[in-house]
Amino acid sequence: MSTLGGAIAWLGANPGTFGTALLDHLLLSVTGLLIGIAIALPAGVAVARRPRLAEATIAFAGLLRTLPSLAVLAALLPLLGVGFTPSVVALAITAIPPVLVNTVIGLNTADPAALDAARGLGLTPVQRAVGVELPLAAPLVFAGLRIAAVQVVSAAALATFIGGGGLGDLVTQGLALLDTGRMLVGAVAIAALALLAEAGFGLLERRAAAGWRDAPA
Amino acid sequence: MITLRGLTKTYPGAAQPAVADLTLTVPEGTSCALIGPSGCGKTTTLRMVNRLVEPTSGEILLGGQDALRMDAVTLRRGIGYVIQEGGLFPHRTVAENVATVPRLLGWDAARIAARVEAALSLVGLDPGRFRDRWPHQLSGGERQRVGVARALAGDPPVLLMDEPFGAVDPVVRARLQDEVLHLLRSLRKTVLIVTHDVEEAVRLGDAVAVLRAGRLLRHAPAAEILADPGDPFVAEFLGADRALTRLGLFILADAPRRAEAAPGTPLPPGTSLRDALAAMLAAGVRALPVTDGGSVTLDDLLTFGGGPSHAA
Repeated sequence: MSTLGGAIAWLGANPGTFGTALLDHLLLSVTGLLIGIAIALPAGVAVARRPRLAEATIAFAGLLRTLPSLAVLAALLPLLGVGFTPSVVALAITAIPPVLVNTVIGLNTADPAALDAARGLGLTPVQRAVGVELPLAAPLVFAGLRIAAVQVVSAAALATFIGGGGLGDLVTQGLALLDTGRMLVGAVAIAALALLAEAGFGLLERRAAAGWRDAPA
Repeated sequence: MITLRGLTKTYPGAAQPAVADLTLTVPEGTSCALIGPSGCGKTTTLRMVNRLVEPTSGEILLGGQDALRMDAVTLRRGIGYVIQEGGLFPHRTVAENVATVPRLLGWDAARIAARVEAALSLVGLDPGRFRDRWPHQLSGGERQRVGVARALAGDPPVLLMDEPFGAVDPVVRARLQDEVLHLLRSLRKTVLIVTHDVEEAVRLGDAVAVLRAGRLLRHAPAAEILADPGDPFVAEFLGADRALTRLGLFILADAPRRAEAAPGTPLPPGTSLRDALAAMLAAGVRALPVTDGGSVTLDDLLTFGGGPSHAA
């Protein structure tokens, strides 16, 4: 109880510090996620129809996924220095594998008859990608976005180690100053953001196929 | 009219061409069924017509236009395409599926809505009931009908059908075949159909083209090819019961009729000769009456269906 009381007391005394950390955390996460999506989604569309390339891409994504975020951050330090930029790059790298893999699998498991019909009826490649392939892949793509969002929000807590800011700062400062209240505020906020990301993207995922999927609408 | 001249497709790395030097004409307003064992090149041939497969060499003329010189996307919008299981877009309603080509052609909303209604009615689906349904809410036969409506929506002169009724049960298939046949005849469409089913080929095709290993073995009207296969492979492929299959192409109204009445249950004049023969076998009689007068005899059926020397 005293720990929780300490946390509430710290939050009451330092709303500005908390607000800045929270905004930094969100900015880091959203930027990293958007960059990751901007790379992974078109890459997935580009390789999905080429079986060998798709296989290699999935293997590469698996490799990326095994890299610990902290190791990526440390490796980026000599290349990009400290601060916001290397943190965002590391988060983008975290976001790529789930989006890429789910896009490739989503596109490759889309009904081949519908794809054949789309070609045969005279849709252009862009019309097919936007109007048929991506909508059919959407449920899996959104699942990939959800996984990526949760991972990025969690990994953003590590940005503090290379001066990227965010809620991780509260945890490291709390540890250094033996200020358990400050530490707890950071930890709980990180966990809450991850849960929110899970719930929000989960909702998007269900919306993506509302009506047309076999599951009761 | 569809004209294929010297059409050849050799896939990269393949020793044998998938389709070799195929020449075939489907006259305006008629249908031709491409048939043969799997791997014979029938589907490749069909897919070359709308350039889903690019020919290695040869010529394709559609209504006098060189299909290989046209933009592939423009070409496809002018050709109806029906595939197995319908190939409907699962994320679009029935109306949106049917509207695909009219939308691509840039029609205005009112014209598209009217055309969707008309196309659904043509294939026997009540637009009010089906317009807003999702494909997963339809039966296999209904999906197939929507597939045909979608192919007809842009009012193309030429239709390509790839195993169009392969995924529906036999009873539904027979009804769909009859309805679509009448529909395509009344609309005067020129149709190329791929099937592996002899019954379907002779039912839907005014002419039947038998392929084997990428080569055209025989191309003739359905009744003629059944009466005289002209090639041992074609004969085997059409089956030992091809004479029966051929009888199924004609109805009592086509056959000679005796004036004298016969005992037994009368058959309607629309009965196929095959069913008439089956009725005689079942009743153990050599003649049966017809509802609009007279009778049909076993001897007449034998003469009518009795191979090349008696071909009608």
